[in-house]
Amino acid sequence: MALSAKTKAALLGPLNKNNPVIVQVLGICSALAVTSKLEPALVMAVAVTLVTAFGNVIISLLRKTIPTRIRIIVQLVVVAALVTIVSEVLKAFAYDVNKQLSVFVGLIVTNCILMGRLEAFALGNGPWPSFLDGIGNGLGYGWILVTVGFFRELLGSGKLLGHQVIPQCMYDAGYENNGLMMLAPMALILVAVIIWVHRARNKDLQEETN
Amino acid sequence: MKALKNYLNKIKPNFEEGGRLHWLSSTYDAFETFLFVPNTTSKTGVHIHDARDSKRTMSIVILALLPALLVGMYNVGLQHYMAIGREVTLLTSFLYGLIAMLPQIVVSYVVGLGIEFAVAQMKKEEVAEGFLVSGILIPMILPIDTPLWMVAVATAFSVIFAKEVFGGTGYNIFNVALIARAFLFFSYPSKMSGDQVWVRTADTFGMGRGTVIDGFSGATPLGQIATSEAGSFSEFTFHGITGDPLSISDMFFGFIPGSVGEVSTFAILLGALILIATGVGSWKTMLSVFIGGGVSILLVNAFAQNAIMEMPFYYHFLLGGFAFGAVFMATDPVTSARTEKGKWIFGFLIGLIAVAIRVFNPGYPEGMMLAILLMNAFAPLIDFFVIDANMKRRAKRLAA
Repeated sequence: MALSAKTKAALLGPLNKNNPVIVQVLGICSALAVTSKLEPALVMAVAVTLVTAFGNVIISLLRKTIPTRIRIIVQLVVVAALVTIVSEVLKAFAYDVNKQLSVFVGLIVTNCILMGRLEAFALGNGPWPSFLDGIGNGLGYGWILVTVGFFRELLGSGKLLGHQVIPQCMYDAGYENNGLMMLAPMALILVAVIIWVHRARNKDLQEETN
Repeated sequence: MKALKNYLNKIKPNFEEGGRLHWLSSTYDAFETFLFVPNTTSKTGVHIHDARDSKRTMSIVILALLPALLVGMYNVGLQHYMAIGREVTLLTSFLYGLIAMLPQIVVSYVVGLGIEFAVAQMKKEEVAEGFLVSGILIPMILPIDTPLWMVAVATAFSVIFAKEVFGGTGYNIFNVALIARAFLFFSYPSKMSGDQVWVRTADTFGMGRGTVIDGFSGATPLGQIATSEAGSFSEFTFHGITGDPLSISDMFFGFIPGSVGEVSTFAILLGALILIATGVGSWKTMLSVFIGGGVSILLVNAFAQNAIMEMPFYYHFLLGGFAFGAVFMATDPVTSARTEKGKWIFGFLIGLIAVAIRVFNPGYPEGMMLAILLMNAFAPLIDFFVIDANMKRRAKRLAA
C-alpha cells in the first residue's frame, strides 16, 4: 500500500527533523533514567512505541465523541489502561527488565511525547495516520534511547546487552570502564552530542544567533 | 631572535589572503603573537596601550605556578625514594619527579592545544591562549600515577565540553582544569582517590627501581583523618608514608603525599605573591576563600564530635588543595565573580562549602574541587545581584 505524502511525513518526520527528543526536547527524564544499559532502553523504546501507537488509534477513533472539556481525562484513562497492560506483560515475561525500568514503565503515562501526540495529532486525524504517527514518534524516541544506551553500556561497563564486548586484553593493558557513563549527567551530555551532530547536518533547524 | 623574526616575516605571505597556506593562518598568527609583541597600532580612538594582553597574563600565571611545580616535582621523587627506602640527593629526587611529571604535561598540552588549534582553524578565528595555563594546571592537580590515556581523555573532554561548546576561551562557565579533574574523579574513582595513587612506587623509565618497604602507606593526610576511627583530634596523628608522624613544617613546605601542585603551601604562597604583585590574581578572592574556610572551621570546631571536626583551621589550610584552589583556581578571571564585592562573596562561599564537604562527607576527603565548580555556576548570579543592588542604591539616591 502506497503511503500518501502526509502519512509518510507522519511516520518518518519524527525520526529526523521532527524528532520528539532531540528537536522538541520531550521525554528527556526517561531518556536519562533508563539508558544506563542497552536492554532496558530497547524495552522502553518498544513499550513507548506501542503505547503511543495504540493510544493514538483509540483517541482518534473516539475523537468525534470526546467532549473537549474533559478530553485530557479521557486521554489519561486510555493511556493508563495501555500502560497497565504493558506493565503487566513485562512483569509476566521480562521480570528482570521490568525491575530495572522500575517506576519508569508506570511513568510512561506522564511522558510528554504521548500527551503531545494525542493532543496535537490524534484528535484531528483519522486512525490510520494516527497509528503511523504514533509508531513514528515512538521510534523517533526509541532510536535516541537506544543510541544513548549503546554508548553508555559500551563505555560504562564494557558490555552490550549484558555480553562482554571489550576484550580482557584491553583491561590488562590499562583500560578502565568509565564510571561517569553510568551516571545521569553523561546521558544528558550524550543527548546533547546527538543534538549537536543533528543540528550540524540540518542547518535549517539551527536557532538564529545574534 | 632576529633570525627567527626574519624567518617568520619571510614565510608570512604564504599565510595571508591568497597565499597557498592561508587555511593555516590561525596557526601562524598564534605562533607569531606568542613569540613577538604584535606590531599593530590603533588608527582611531584610544591610543594608550599596555603590553599586558592575555598572552602576557597567562605567562605570569605560569611563572607563579613554577614554584609549586618545582617543589611538587621534588616531592614526587622524595616520596618515591622514601617508599623504596633509599637515601638519595636532592637532585636525584627532583630528576625522578621531573621525568615522572613530564609525560603528563606533554600529553595535556598536545591534546588540549591540538583541539584548540583545530577548532580555531575550523572557525577561522585566532587561536586563544587560554589553554596555556589549563594545560599545566591539569597535570598539577592529578595524582602522579594517573595513566596518560586518562589525562588525554579528560583534557579532550574538558576542552571540548567545558570550553569550546561555550564559545572558547573567555566564555567558559566552569574552570577547565577542574572539569578535567572532576571528569576523572567520577569516571575512574579508583585511580583518583584512595591510598594507592598519590605516591609512585614503581620505577619511571627505569629510574629508581626498588621494592616498597614494609609498613608503607600512601594515604594523604586528609584521607587518613577522613577514614580514622579516632574520637578526638588529640588522639590522632598524621603520619608520612613510612609511618613517621608528620610535622607542621612538612605540611607547609610540601613533603607529604598529594598531587604535584597542592602539596607545598609555601610555594603556593610565593605564587600568590607574584599574582598579587602583578595584579593578575585578585587578593580579595584569595583572602575571602581563607576567611570563608576559617569561619566554617570555627563553627565546625565548636560542635565537634570526631577527629576531623576538631581539626584546627591551620591544618585545613595546609593540607589538600585548599591553598592551591584559593590561589590558582578560584581567581580564574573567567569563571570567578567579576564585581569587586562579588569576589568577596564568591570566595567566602568557596571556603565555606569546601570545608563542609571535607568534614561532613567521608566519601570526599577533599572538597575544594567541588566547591569551586559549584560556585563557578553561581558567579554570574552573584554579579547580577551585586550590580542590581548598586543600581537600586543609585536609583534611591536619585529619588531622594
